[in-house]
Amino acid sequence: MTTKMMGAKVQRVEDDRLVRGTGRYVDDVALDALHTAVLRSPHAHARILSIDVDAVLDVEGVHAVWTYDDLEGAMAEPLPLLIPHPTLTHGRTQYALAKDEVNYVGEAIAFVVADDRYVAEDALARIVVEYEPLPAVVGLEAARTAANLVHDDVPGNVGARMEQSNGDAAAAIAAAPHTLSLDLKIERSACMPMEGRGTVARWDPDQGRLQVWTSTQTSTGVRAAVAAKLGLDLGQVDVITPDVGGGFGVKIVHPWPEELLVPLAAQKLGRAVKFTEDRREHFISSAHERAQEHHVEVGFDDEGRVLGLDVRFWHDHGAYTPYGLIVPIITSTQLLGPYKPGAYHVQFDSLYTNTVIVTPYRGAGRPQGCFVMERTMDAIAAALGKDRADVRAVNFIQPDEFPYEQGLIFQDGRELTYDSGDYPAMLDKIKELVDWDGFESFRAAKAAEGKRVGLGLACYVEGTGVGPYEGAHVHIETSGKVKVATGLTSQGQGHQTAFAQIVADELGVRFEDVEITTGDTRRMAYAVGTFASRAAVMSGSAIHLAAKRTKEKALRIAADALEADVDDLEIVDGVVSVKGTDSSIPLGTIAVLSNPLRYAFDEASKAATQFNVGDPTKPPVAEDDEPGLEGTDFYSPPRSTFASGMHAVIVETDVETAEIRILKYAVVHDCGHLINPMIVEGQIHGGVAQGVGGALYERMAYDESGQLLNASFMDFLMPYVTEVPTSIEIDHLETPSPLNPLGIKGAGEAGVIPGSAAFAAAIEDAERSALPSFGITAMPISPSELFALRAVHASSEESK
Amino acid sequence: MKPAPFDYVRPGTLEEALQALAGHPEAKILAGGQSLVPLLSMRLAAPAVLVDINDLPDLDHVRADADGVRIGALARHAEVLKDAEVARVQPLVPLALANVAHPTIRNRGTTVGSLVHADAAAEMPMVLRLLDGSVDVAGPGGRRTIPAAELYVGPLESSLHHDEIAVEAFFPALGAGSGVAFEEIARRHGDYAMCGVAAVVTVEGDRVVSAKAGYLSVSDIPAVVDLTEALDGSVDATALAAAAAAALEELDPETDIHATADYRAHLATVLTARVVTAAYDDARTRAGGSR
Repeated sequence: MTTKMMGAKVQRVEDDRLVRGTGRYVDDVALDALHTAVLRSPHAHARILSIDVDAVLDVEGVHAVWTYDDLEGAMAEPLPLLIPHPTLTHGRTQYALAKDEVNYVGEAIAFVVADDRYVAEDALARIVVEYEPLPAVVGLEAARTAANLVHDDVPGNVGARMEQSNGDAAAAIAAAPHTLSLDLKIERSACMPMEGRGTVARWDPDQGRLQVWTSTQTSTGVRAAVAAKLGLDLGQVDVITPDVGGGFGVKIVHPWPEELLVPLAAQKLGRAVKFTEDRREHFISSAHERAQEHHVEVGFDDEGRVLGLDVRFWHDHGAYTPYGLIVPIITSTQLLGPYKPGAYHVQFDSLYTNTVIVTPYRGAGRPQGCFVMERTMDAIAAALGKDRADVRAVNFIQPDEFPYEQGLIFQDGRELTYDSGDYPAMLDKIKELVDWDGFESFRAAKAAEGKRVGLGLACYVEGTGVGPYEGAHVHIETSGKVKVATGLTSQGQGHQTAFAQIVADELGVRFEDVEITTGDTRRMAYAVGTFASRAAVMSGSAIHLAAKRTKEKALRIAADALEADVDDLEIVDGVVSVKGTDSSIPLGTIAVLSNPLRYAFDEASKAATQFNVGDPTKPPVAEDDEPGLEGTDFYSPPRSTFASGMHAVIVETDVETAEIRILKYAVVHDCGHLINPMIVEGQIHGGVAQGVGGALYERMAYDESGQLLNASFMDFLMPYVTEVPTSIEIDHLETPSPLNPLGIKGAGEAGVIPGSAAFAAAIEDAERSALPSFGITAMPISPSELFALRAVHASSEESK
Repeated sequence: MKPAPFDYVRPGTLEEALQALAGHPEAKILAGGQSLVPLLSMRLAAPAVLVDINDLPDLDHVRADADGVRIGALARHAEVLKDAEVARVQPLVPLALANVAHPTIRNRGTTVGSLVHADAAAEMPMVLRLLDGSVDVAGPGGRRTIPAAELYVGPLESSLHHDEIAVEAFFPALGAGSGVAFEEIARRHGDYAMCGVAAVVTVEGDRVVSAKAGYLSVSDIPAVVDLTEALDGSVDATALAAAAAAALEELDPETDIHATADYRAHLATVLTARVVTAAYDDARTRAGGSR
């Protein structure tokens, strides 16, 4: 038997190429393409009175300039609302180019195609637009107050109001021995992949086909959207996703205006056309996330057990709702984490503002929910004078309670049922990893040096691997090489490595002989996409099943050729042999035999002539068979599988300057069976880095007129490597999922989820050693804000 | 993020460069490009002509002698930072340079370029003022020396004329009995500081005979405050508090998205105490009086 690859720390095979700069991204495709630029609204809210593009027509090198009036048919309709929901009563989407009104700074108004991007930008400067500015709605308070409306026909700026409950939370709170209420807030951030959005299209008039390369998290979704909007048959459109420089959620949104305008221009002009988004555009015309405000009422007993939890929250979804209510639905359901409140009620309003749209960003509503639940747990512990870990422990779902039904409907429309987990064991591990019990003596030692330190803990559960399905096609070539295609895309996760590990194990072939293709609709036309921590669960399972199917066929043919029983065969390093004998046949030769051609092209064909397969009295390809050594299969689970984790962080808050320093960061993570621990840990590292960003650095600084004041990497502060903990201590727990053949759960988003919750707890803990009334109710927090909070609490304590 | 069209000239002599500037009132000088190129790309600046001075001869020198440090217009921050003689003659120069952005920016950016860009959030203009240095400029009428005290006239505005090129900066040597220190606090490593302070303290024995501090990001133009009187010879807690109070009188911190004016003022207070103390210790160490 070959060494088992599943669970091995296999070095990512992608990295050599990506790190050396030989990756191939959308902008590297079609160097002969025309370039495009988009005129974007400088106003957060305005009526467009007129657009004059005459001056552009004289610019040398300009091939086309379009406004809304140039769009026809489906292109002149609003962009699709991808995920409708019955409670999204007032869903609105923008047009590919603004019609009459703009609703955020950055909304697309005009589209220019030119020889190069320089000329295209010069042309933009010549377009004259007459605006009638309207009052802008910025921030949740303005949205809620609704003194002004974003859309005239959306009363109260309310896109959706949704409510769910399990039990009678109000009654449980009223009857509880202790109650608390909290008001909590999280600000906006964004995915900020290194590569922005980008699309290239080429129309082939000879074949009547459109070829599109786009930096997306769903090539099949873009394909369907382009075909529908351009009035083409699906069979006329190919969408290829080459290397993608990060997605983190923003690239699941589709079709972006440019994703339609570029193919349309390619078709109309008969030239390859390219759009490469720049960083400023990414800030003001892609998507943001996170902004929510929560009001919590909680009732609990003397042990800290939550008897009733009632959460009312407001979600800022920006100017339009192309991705429906996914983010707030996730917040409202995943807020519960590993806990089982006696009763739960949640209601949210999803509100319009004149700002960039809000769609899932890694974690997708969970960081907010985790922040709210974990702040509540800390508040209960403080109110009772109990250990914060102990309060969590009494609220945990126990290992013998799985599958555990939370009594709610999840984002996929299925019941929120946790499949497996072991939260008490996980708590033991994180306490040990961060030395929870030894912290007070550490604190005392630091205090003796004049330093202020604090410890925070945060727990989460993440529904991963949402359906509906993914598929895979496995093809063993006559060379013995294995070509695998799965339709979802890769944006840096290491799919080539992890999926090849699965195939190598199942087929008994060498890891190096497996090649994985993702996100190419020519190779796999049925697929959903890479989001919701689903690629390993969905495509990993589908690839496993397709490999298994291919293996069954290989063994059947091998048994015939070797005149042996299938049960006596094994495959090692791509060679099938009869166990205990030297009778064998390589998989490549089986591939030749599987295809009864009458022509021999090569040595592989000749080598196969020594074997006889099939019954000469029957058709060469049997009725229920097909030629070729291939297998296709699909995986479609009944519901999501629930990963979980706990983070603990120790910070020092500078007594003088209020700077916040990370002294230790510890993670315990459970994503079921690990395919490749090195990749999982890489995902955790990246997630923690983004968690640090969300907790301590990043915010979208909109002014009251709706201008984004920090639309550059100079002022939007993503953490550098110097701001991320130098070491992140990780321990794994493996509670396999019963829902898929490999027992795996998703790992992509996990690392970011508890960041703000853990940092808020740690900073509060540090400050309370000096100011007992100190509390953190909003994140992120900067040193300047910590300084201001200290002043507020110091004066409130003096006045006591 | 592509620049508007511009003409580009790359003169081979200083005379040609001056002629190019004289002929184009909307020309901009390109040296390291670390501030100018982003401004061009964001179309926040759209000069008609770029005069690239990178081919001019004899301007990439870094020289240190008993008088001080002379830095040519084409010397990169990284070259100045690694020069041991510079560190010996005027240690405040490398102390501050280590805080200028990131290594990749220091590899291209020029120290003289930063000085005449006149950003009150940048380290080197403040250091030049604190040390009473100067900048030599060449113009149509010949060379002149602009003392640091006369160089900075407003936010991002220097007293250079449009047709002049800064060719050399001069940082005076550290005097006998003096010590220096520098500290800044930025949101992230290498970012523009929310506040930064440098100090030069001169001692006789244990007594402070003169003390001056320079401040970043808390005024319109690089600020220098004489703290000698406030310290009254000592660096004890009372003296340091008095020094910080005296400094705040001269400063005008503002609120932006990264820090409030109050917080910046607080940082100025904290850093004044830290940096004056460190400069005092440095002075005594250099004088051989350390313990």
